[in-house]
Amino acid sequence: MKTIWKTLFVVSLLSASLATAQGNLEVDTPAISAIKSSMSQRHAQLAPLYASGAVGLKSDGSLAVHDANAVPLAQRGKLNALVAAENNDRTALYREIATANGHPEWAGDIRNTFAQRWIDKAPGGWWVEGSRGWARK
Amino acid sequence: MKPVSTWAAMLALSLAMAGCVTINIYFPAAAAEKAADRIIDEVWQLKPDAATKEGAPSR
Repeated sequence: MKTIWKTLFVVSLLSASLATAQGNLEVDTPAISAIKSSMSQRHAQLAPLYASGAVGLKSDGSLAVHDANAVPLAQRGKLNALVAAENNDRTALYREIATANGHPEWAGDIRNTFAQRWIDKAPGGWWVEGSRGWARK
Repeated sequence: MKPVSTWAAMLALSLAMAGCVTINIYFPAAAAEKAADRIIDEVWQLKPDAATKEGAPSR
């Protein structure tokens, strides 16, 4: 009889952890927090560039220069550097979330999920890439 | 310990383990969307209390 109770206990523990695993993804690791804070700091510089159309959100979860002419020639190097740095962070973010949840192979699915949500949440006036190319929200 | 209850216990355990494997193979799309929303809100500072903080101390 004791064995049965033990088994029931183990089974209930397993289902409890299952419920957690199903409900949420682990996103609170030190690596993910570091990437997030780097990205929110950079966002202060990126926000005016989104608004002017200099940069836009791509459908693959990355960022791209959409209209370099929106930025004075002297600042274009900086524009490219910002976009490259942001894309490095985004790739690392997708990879870290997948790894933190024990499934490195999920990185692509996570990238696709983020791609959709970045575009959905983008404020009006920003440029986003859809199935028919660039469009202004 | 009757052998029948041992079998029942083992069956319950193996069903639970099978459940584990099945769920973890598939990508949890809803959970990922929730996580993405949370992270995007933080990175873009879209949270409602962040907005009120910005708006409140205007004078």
